[in-house]
Amino acid sequence: MNRRIASGFILFGLLALCLGLLAGLLATVQIMWPPFLKPFLGFHQIRPLHVSCMVGWIVLVATGSVYAFGIRKQGLPRWAQRTAWVHLALFSVAAILIVFSYLGAFMGGREYLTFPPVLIIPILLGWGCFGFVFFKNRREKSPVPVYVWMWGTGIVFMVYHLIEAYLWVVPQIRILFIRDITVQWKAYGSFVGSWNMLVYGLAIYMMTRVKGDSKIAHSREAFFFYFLGLCNLMFGWAHHTYVIPTAPWIRVVAYVVSMTEWIVLFHLISGFIKTVSNEEVGAFRPVIRFLKAADIWIAMNLLMALGMSIPALHIFTHGTYITVAHAMGSTIGINTSILMGALFLLAIDLKPSEKKLHLKGFWLFNLSLAGFWLALISAGLIKVISVAKEPEILFSQLHQAMTPSYHSMALFGVGIMLAIFRIIWPLFSIFFHTFRATEVNSEEA
Amino acid sequence: MYRWYRRILAGLVLLFCGYNFAIYNQEGVSLGAAASDGAFLSAKAMRGADLWQDSNCVACHQLYGLGGYMGPDLTNVMSHPKKGPVYVKAFLNSGIRLMPKYHFTDEEQDALCQFLVEVDQTGYYPLRTHTRSFPGWVDLQYKTISSGSP
Repeated sequence: MNRRIASGFILFGLLALCLGLLAGLLATVQIMWPPFLKPFLGFHQIRPLHVSCMVGWIVLVATGSVYAFGIRKQGLPRWAQRTAWVHLALFSVAAILIVFSYLGAFMGGREYLTFPPVLIIPILLGWGCFGFVFFKNRREKSPVPVYVWMWGTGIVFMVYHLIEAYLWVVPQIRILFIRDITVQWKAYGSFVGSWNMLVYGLAIYMMTRVKGDSKIAHSREAFFFYFLGLCNLMFGWAHHTYVIPTAPWIRVVAYVVSMTEWIVLFHLISGFIKTVSNEEVGAFRPVIRFLKAADIWIAMNLLMALGMSIPALHIFTHGTYITVAHAMGSTIGINTSILMGALFLLAIDLKPSEKKLHLKGFWLFNLSLAGFWLALISAGLIKVISVAKEPEILFSQLHQAMTPSYHSMALFGVGIMLAIFRIIWPLFSIFFHTFRATEVNSEEA
Repeated sequence: MYRWYRRILAGLVLLFCGYNFAIYNQEGVSLGAAASDGAFLSAKAMRGADLWQDSNCVACHQLYGLGGYMGPDLTNVMSHPKKGPVYVKAFLNSGIRLMPKYHFTDEEQDALCQFLVEVDQTGYYPLRTHTRSFPGWVDLQYKTISSGSP
């Protein structure tokens, strides 16, 4: 049953990915040529559609993967099965309503959660269902491996920070603007930390599966990484808000804590790649290739993130496309690579004899992403340099100066989209057939 | 070992609770100069904040550099010597190539401008004047807010 429910979430996530890529491409065209679609679908509608779909891709596939790898296979009680289906139904209803709210320009939320606030209720109920099923039916019992700690932490903190992101509906919070914007960005930073717990937990799970050795997930090093990641989730968010006049101690704490977790994740994956033998690679080749790609993207983003976390540099990069480059490198380079690896691992589990499961589009994906990332950085640097030379420069002049970067973003964006379609094409049919299979057939698969 | 892990987790959660309590209650004491009666949004500004959200202005504009990059940052647009309410209303009424025309009523335009006026009072962005007091550290310049709306 959990393979069917997992496939449901994954199919849903793949659809969100396709829609999100399309919306991203339309948004880029609109940045270059603003009249494009403007009367029917403005940038204020396309951008939240793109963001929500991409967040949906990460969260839905991470959720589906945890259902597949983290919930026990046999003897799952009927109440748990029903709760899992209710979870999928709640997320589906919320997603459909969110897409229509953007298309109809019915908003009212805030950046990243722009949809009408009432739609957070089914999402929160869905997370509650997930937590209930996971904590009562997790596959691994004592001693619990670190990835199970990470998944459990991700679920609990996701619920907490989603609620926190809506504290603005309380007038007493909203009335003090600085506190309001601080709490908002605190919630968003930690919300990302929560899904990172789910995704990085999957990375460690994949390493144990490929090596056939559970020691990685019980090592002191892995738990050190977990606690460091948790500290970042709890206290590292404020590097987003250095420029907001909050109390200095909030910014000092963020400065000390921020971005240390990636160093350890980089170390863990690098160590794993060095020790994996040719024999172990075998059928897991696509999984390992995505883990290697994630490792390289971690290294590239780490350098940038550490630089951006230094306040003296942050004041220049904040509010520029360099911030977007950091976000894209993290969500596409790291999270998407790990999730693609998880999808291939699950596909191998479901169809071990599948001959068509070759990884195609991998290089196009990574090279296009590298080009896209550099185009964003170039746009950011143009703004930094232009403003340093002429502090009162007009926005339209800045926009004009960044046009070559926008063209590059569109070109490489198309490359990313085509590569992802090529990568996920063979996966669609596997998950679709698993989702449609009867429960008995599904468990046999 | 796992008992220690559970203890560390419990300790971190306790610390997190205290930290959150301080953040949620940061009015007055910890905001220092920025917190005074004038830092609280008026009813009119709250109405403007609703319009800001309903129209998803943040998709293109930023406050304190946070938001989309299709339009300029509006943190200090109201106190800018060459900008202010007339400038903002002109954009709302006519729209430009990058920005759609909005059909706000006069009352709604006033509310939106009031929201931006009161945001402007909370601080400075972009940071033109700041001091570097520690290797890599930046001390912000806080705005002193007078009570009541301007």
